[in-house]
Amino acid sequence: MTYPENFRYTKEHEWVRVEGDTGTIGLTFHAQKELGDIVFVDLPKVGAKAEQGKPIGAVESVKAASDIYSPVSGEVIAVNETLATAPEKLNADPHGEAWLVKIRMSAPAETASLLSAADYEAYAGAE
Amino acid sequence: MITKVRSHLSQNEPLLFEISSPGKQGYQLPELDVPEVDPAAALGAAYVRSEIEGFPEVSEVDAIRHFTRLSTWNYAIDLGLYPLGSCTMKYNPRINEQVARTEGLAWIHPYQAESLAQGAMEILASLERALLEITGMEAITLQPAAGAHGELTGMMLVRAMLEARGNPRRTVIVPDSAHGTNPATVRMAGYEIANIASNDQGMIDIAALERMVTEDTAALMLTNPNTVGIFEVHIREIAAILHARGAQLYMDGANMNALAGIARPGDFGVDVMHLNLHKTFSTPHGGGGPGSGPVAVKQHLEAFLPKPRLAKDGSQWRWNYNRPQSIGRVRAFYGNFGVLVRALAYIQAHGGPGLKAATMDALLNANYLRKLLEPHYQIAYPAPSMHECVFSDSRQAARGVSTGAIAKRLIDYGFHPYTVNFPLIVHGALMIEPTETEGKRELDAFAEALIAIAQEVEQQPALVLEAPHSTRVSRVDETGAARNPVLKFTART
Amino acid sequence: MRYLPKSDLERRQMLETLGLARMEDLYAHLPNEALLDRPLNIPPGKSEYEIADYFRARGAENAMGFANFLGAGVYSHYRPVLVDTVVSRGEFLTSYTPYQAEISQGTLTSIFEFQTMLCQLTGMDVANASMYDGSSALPEAALMARRITGRHRLVVARNVHPEHREVLRTYTQYERIEVEEADYNAESGCVDVKQVESKTDDATAAVLIQSPNFFGVLENVGQLAEIAHAKGALLVFLFTEAVSLGLLEPPRDADIVAGELQSFAIPPSYGGPFAGILATKEKFMRQLPGRLVGQTKDANGNRAFCLTLSAREQHIRREKATSNICTNQALIALMATVFMTVYGKAGLRELAVQNLSKAHYLGAKLKQRFSGAYFNEFAAVTTDAQAANRKLEQRKIIGGLPLKRFYPELEDSVLLCCTETSRREQMDEVARVMAE
Repeated sequence: MTYPENFRYTKEHEWVRVEGDTGTIGLTFHAQKELGDIVFVDLPKVGAKAEQGKPIGAVESVKAASDIYSPVSGEVIAVNETLATAPEKLNADPHGEAWLVKIRMSAPAETASLLSAADYEAYAGAE
Repeated sequence: MITKVRSHLSQNEPLLFEISSPGKQGYQLPELDVPEVDPAAALGAAYVRSEIEGFPEVSEVDAIRHFTRLSTWNYAIDLGLYPLGSCTMKYNPRINEQVARTEGLAWIHPYQAESLAQGAMEILASLERALLEITGMEAITLQPAAGAHGELTGMMLVRAMLEARGNPRRTVIVPDSAHGTNPATVRMAGYEIANIASNDQGMIDIAALERMVTEDTAALMLTNPNTVGIFEVHIREIAAILHARGAQLYMDGANMNALAGIARPGDFGVDVMHLNLHKTFSTPHGGGGPGSGPVAVKQHLEAFLPKPRLAKDGSQWRWNYNRPQSIGRVRAFYGNFGVLVRALAYIQAHGGPGLKAATMDALLNANYLRKLLEPHYQIAYPAPSMHECVFSDSRQAARGVSTGAIAKRLIDYGFHPYTVNFPLIVHGALMIEPTETEGKRELDAFAEALIAIAQEVEQQPALVLEAPHSTRVSRVDETGAARNPVLKFTART
Repeated sequence: MRYLPKSDLERRQMLETLGLARMEDLYAHLPNEALLDRPLNIPPGKSEYEIADYFRARGAENAMGFANFLGAGVYSHYRPVLVDTVVSRGEFLTSYTPYQAEISQGTLTSIFEFQTMLCQLTGMDVANASMYDGSSALPEAALMARRITGRHRLVVARNVHPEHREVLRTYTQYERIEVEEADYNAESGCVDVKQVESKTDDATAAVLIQSPNFFGVLENVGQLAEIAHAKGALLVFLFTEAVSLGLLEPPRDADIVAGELQSFAIPPSYGGPFAGILATKEKFMRQLPGRLVGQTKDANGNRAFCLTLSAREQHIRREKATSNICTNQALIALMATVFMTVYGKAGLRELAVQNLSKAHYLGAKLKQRFSGAYFNEFAAVTTDAQAANRKLEQRKIIGGLPLKRFYPELEDSVLLCCTETSRREQMDEVARVMAE
């Protein structure tokens, strides 16, 4: 799997794609593979506050559950509603169609602390 | 050739709601010997419901066939080895069922006068004495309804005692090999969890523990033998490290079947522990309950035990509610009395020497299986096993077959699988606890089956991956169940 | 020993396989100081005959064969014979939690039926596979309400079962939850609606009520739900007398229903084992603690059942689970399932009407403490409850519960319960003795 160069990654296996002051958040290919068949995605409401490194939701498979940690701080401005009825999209297209939330970032400089695609790939591969 | 099973007719049976038909009945009440009261007049029409929509209407014959057919779709201890690790699935003696149904025991109301419940209280006292002797502890409550309920009670006792000493402290240390109930319990008792990693022998790392325990540590929650079936041989040092800093040693008694009559937690430094009567003391698991989770403590925790406590005035038992430091009740009434009766009957049947003999047979069976299986499966840790043995699926995983698939294939050989994927510290764990109530013949057949499966993994892995092949339902789609939850029957219109 | 299926010869063969000489070698690696250096001080094993004899003798010391007018959370209902016939089958009795769905369809199917019938009875969308009992289901409902609302205060009616309220306090004491009580109306026996209203505020997670309440009196669920909902709090509804659900309007306006199923063919057994349940609206489904069974298909497309939504539970979520609860009360829940099946739609109502009729027969002969409508138990005024109970004891009748045990202000009152098993001549006797 190749990890998009234009994303930044966390060690908890989330990605963020920055466009202006908006960060689109998702789960990495590695994360969905480790979890297996995803059955439920618990996402915050629009307007919720996110803080870097703090849980903003959770994702569940049959045999596992994992919190989703926000890679950036800010306010949730959009939520991917399709995942409520079609969680399997997270297994099918984790870096694209199955994004989780969009956040209006309050501290864009935070992304500097995140991993590059190459660093993340090395980290996920070693885990 | 599979020696234990061959195919057999199994009857189809719709749901109750599908066999239901208006006007059928399976009951008859006696004729009312008082005037019938009109519900709407007595209660007000707004309080009275219309019919219970969808509720079944079947005859007595329909009912017994329904449940009997359903029963034949279950595997059970009565059909053979049920080696779920950590669950202690042993034979459930039927005399225990009979005595629990004794009229004078099954029909005692919890609020009848103490003078009219002396027999029940004597049974409870007698069980308390036996359990204290087996554990080496100093006081015990029989109130908790299950193991996890006992854990919660035990952790609350620790908290109440530390609070009384001035500082409840903040964290409880839990090994990474612990049952999921342990961390969940710790949080419910208001503590934070500090995980401690096991060492390469599957035991607590003494040096790491020494570094972790501080004045902020309330307790260590330890299962011994631990969840990989290994006795923590440094248990006395572990207790000393905790006690030196004012912390408590909590023992999860899930694996007490390895110790009864051989070693006592009270003698090796444990301050508080729970027992699982449905494991060690053979009360039936009943498809998931009821259980019972008594909590035994040392004297310094006695004042905090749930109320009421048994007390004796002369020759009369009474309940003592005057317990100002008690954590309070953890449930209504006095505990799962019917389960406690069965546990006492079990202890009486074995007696002291029998309990020890049973423990030794449990160790013998686990080690015997380990010996037969070790050439074919990777043992998780080289340390000696107690009452269960844990393997990793690493050799089979290299062929693309995981512990979960091996478990499903075992069903085709006529056995209930072992515990799958637990403890989490072992990759692809196969956790096998045969208990003492298995004979050599059943153990040999089980080992034969697992060895045959190991060969299938080498030669025709697809056979294993698609198992089970011989059950009335094939592999059940758990993912679909979770993605689209259907939790009750709805009639099609 | 009869539970150990090995001969000494087999033991020797197995030890030989292990390269060991004696059974004691199996634990020779344990540190000496951890070993018990003496035999257990428990008498040697007994025969079946001796065991049966011991328990029969103890049973005879507990007012065996007495008629019983106690309710207060534990009810003496007739247990249809089919109940023990079914739960005594080894396939139900000696199996465990149905983790392996392919060989547990019997248990799974019966739990699915149980969940369905509990939904039909309570008017809720989802019911779990059972809890330990009603008294622990109540705090689990409260903790669930806190998770849903993010609030930390509870308002509990003082006429909720006193021991259940004690358990609520125990469970919440380390969870930073405040529990406040709303008193009952001294005239009606219902919860004081004004107090509920004044004590419920923006920090209230739930209002907790019981109906029929501890005094046997029915509560106005709709009105109490409105009060709770107006402040954004949930209404938790507790029942301890499940037979009442056969006749009473289900608590559709509640958000969470916690209940005790003892009345459904579970023997009183000095207070346990019983089975509790939690049921709720679909939108709160993922906050339910405990096991849930769901319908699905097998690989061939046949209907099948399995445990589901497990990611809520401790074995996956560990410290973030909805509760530490592990087991359900499957075998006890099965008793309730068989009971509901045997009585069915018409029977459960007829049974409830018999209970109502008997209680009102006795109730009409006694002075009522409260004016509220009651189902099968009620508080009666008496001059000396203890003395009356002693006299009844002479006649092999266990009288009612003196209420001052839990409510000091109700010194002159006794809680009496009648079920379908109460006989007219016994009720007449109770009325006569209590009037003396």
